[in-house]
Amino acid sequence: MTLLTVDGISVRYGQLTALRRASISVKEGESLFVTGPNGAGKSTLLKAIAGVVPIREGAITFAGTAVAGKAPEDIARLGFSMVPEGRDVFSGLTIDENLRVGVGMRADKDAAIRDLETVYSVFPMLAERRHRPAGVLSGGQQQMLVIGRALMAKPKLIAIDEPSLGLAPKVIDDVYATLLKLRDAQGLTLLIVEQSSARAMLTGGRMVLMRSGEVVLEGDARELVRGDALKKAYFGYGDH
Amino acid sequence: MTEIIQIIIDALSLGSLYALGALGIALIFGVMRLVNFAHGDTIAFCVFALLWPSIDAAAVVFAGHLPTVLLIPLILLIGAGLSVLSEIIVFRRFRKANPATMMIASFALGFVIRYFLLMLYSSRPKSINLWESLGESIGFLGARVPLLQIVTVAITLGILGLLTLFLKRSRYGLEMRAAAENFTMARMLGVRANRVIMLAFALSGMLAATTGLILVTQTGTVDIQMGASVMLIAFIATVIGGLGSLTGAVTAGYLIGAASVLMQVVLPLDARPFRDAFVYGAVIVTLIWRPNGLFVARSAKQRV
Repeated sequence: MTLLTVDGISVRYGQLTALRRASISVKEGESLFVTGPNGAGKSTLLKAIAGVVPIREGAITFAGTAVAGKAPEDIARLGFSMVPEGRDVFSGLTIDENLRVGVGMRADKDAAIRDLETVYSVFPMLAERRHRPAGVLSGGQQQMLVIGRALMAKPKLIAIDEPSLGLAPKVIDDVYATLLKLRDAQGLTLLIVEQSSARAMLTGGRMVLMRSGEVVLEGDARELVRGDALKKAYFGYGDH
Repeated sequence: MTEIIQIIIDALSLGSLYALGALGIALIFGVMRLVNFAHGDTIAFCVFALLWPSIDAAAVVFAGHLPTVLLIPLILLIGAGLSVLSEIIVFRRFRKANPATMMIASFALGFVIRYFLLMLYSSRPKSINLWESLGESIGFLGARVPLLQIVTVAITLGILGLLTLFLKRSRYGLEMRAAAENFTMARMLGVRANRVIMLAFALSGMLAATTGLILVTQTGTVDIQMGASVMLIAFIATVIGGLGSLTGAVTAGYLIGAASVLMQVVLPLDARPFRDAFVYGAVIVTLIWRPNGLFVARSAKQRV
C-alpha cells in the first residue's frame, strides 16, 4: 500500500526554483533512497513533505491525508517523523528529554515508556548518558539520538536527511545496520536522502535520482548503479 | 553589620523586581525571537485594573478592594489574558516577519495599551494603598527592614522555583524548552506552535501582573509610566544576560539591582544623582566584554 505520494510539487526560494514538479511515492515497509548531487533539491523535498517549506503547486498525500499546506506539527501527528540534516539535537536538553519531546503528541503514554526502554536497549550508549545534556555527544551518537527521538514519536515513516554526513565510515555502517534492523523489526518505512548512491546500492531497495530540482531517474538501486544511466543522469546528459 | 544586611536586602528586593520583568521578556523572546516592548504597558494595565475607570484625580478603587485571595488571582488572570490577546490579535500575524518588524509591532501595541489607559484614567498619577501592613518594618537579623522587601524577595524566589519546576518537570515545560532551542524541530516532533507560544505569553502576562502588584504596593501610586521604567531595565537585563537565556535574564536582573543599590552607597555624595549613568556605564562595559551577554543562549537560530 502506498504510504506517501508526492505528486508534481514545486518549491521556490525567492527567485530560485528548488523543486520542479517532483514526484515520488513510498510504499509501506520499503526503504526509498533519494540521491543526487548538491543542490538537487533533496532536502527541500523532505522539508516540503514535513510542511516546513511551502509548495507552489502539486499535492502531497501521507497516510491517506492531503498534507500540503498543513502545519509541521499536524503532519508529524499523522506519523511522519523527520530527522533533518545536521541532526538538530536539542543540545541543552538531556538525552532523556530529547527522546521525550515527541511523546507529547502520543495518546498511549504507557506504551511510550516501554518504547523509551526499547530505544535505550537499541542504543545502550544513550542509556548510559541519559541524564547528560545532548550537546556532549559525538556526531555518531547524536545521529543515534535523533533516530531514537524520531522513533519515540511512533512514526509510520521516518525521513532521514543525510544520515552519514560528517560521520566516520564505521559509524555510518552502524547507523544503517540499526536503521534496517528497525525497519524489519517494526515494519517502519524509510525515506533516506543521501548524496552518494553507494549506500543505496549496498543496502538495496528502490532509488530515486534528483538533479536540478527534478526527479530524473527511478528504479531498483542495484540495477541503476550497474547500468550507465545513473552516471549520465547524475552528471547531466552530455553537457560537459 | 546591620547596614550590610540592609544593603543586601535592598539589592535583593530591587533585583527581584528587575528579574521578574526580565523573565517576562526572556520567556517570549525564547520561543518567538520577539522583544516585547509592550510588556511595560501590560504591567501598567494590570495595575490600573485595580481601579475603576475615571478621570478624577482621586482614585476610585475597584478590584483593589477585593480580599487578597481573590485579588491576586484576578490580576494574574488579567495579565495573562491581555498578554494572550496580544499574541492572538497582533503578534500571530507577525510570526514570520523579521525580529525588527515584530519589535516595532510591540512598540505600537504598547502605545495602544498606554493610550487606552490614558483615555480611561487620565494621565494623573493616583494614589492607592494596597496591603498597608507590608509597609511596616520588621527586625531581620538585627536590621530593620520593610516587610515588603522580604515578601518581594520571597515571592520572586517562589516564582523562580515554580517556573523551574514547570520547565524541567512538566510536559509543556519540556516542549517550551525544546521550542526555544529549535522551534522548527520541535514542531516536526508534534509540538503545537500556537500552544507553546500562547503558554509563553500567558506566563509572561502573569509575571507582568506580579511585577505590577509589587510596584504599586511599594510606591502606593498608580501611574501610566510605571511599567515603562521597569521595562527599560528589564530589557537591558535580558540583553546582558544573553537574549533567550532565562537564567541569564534573572541573574542580570539581580546584578543590575545590586549595582544600583551598591552605587547608591559607595558613590561620593556629589555623584549620586548621576547613579544611573554609572549603572548604564557598567552595562556598556559588560557588553563590550561579552557582546552576546553573560549566558549565551543555546541557539540563535531563525525559526519558522
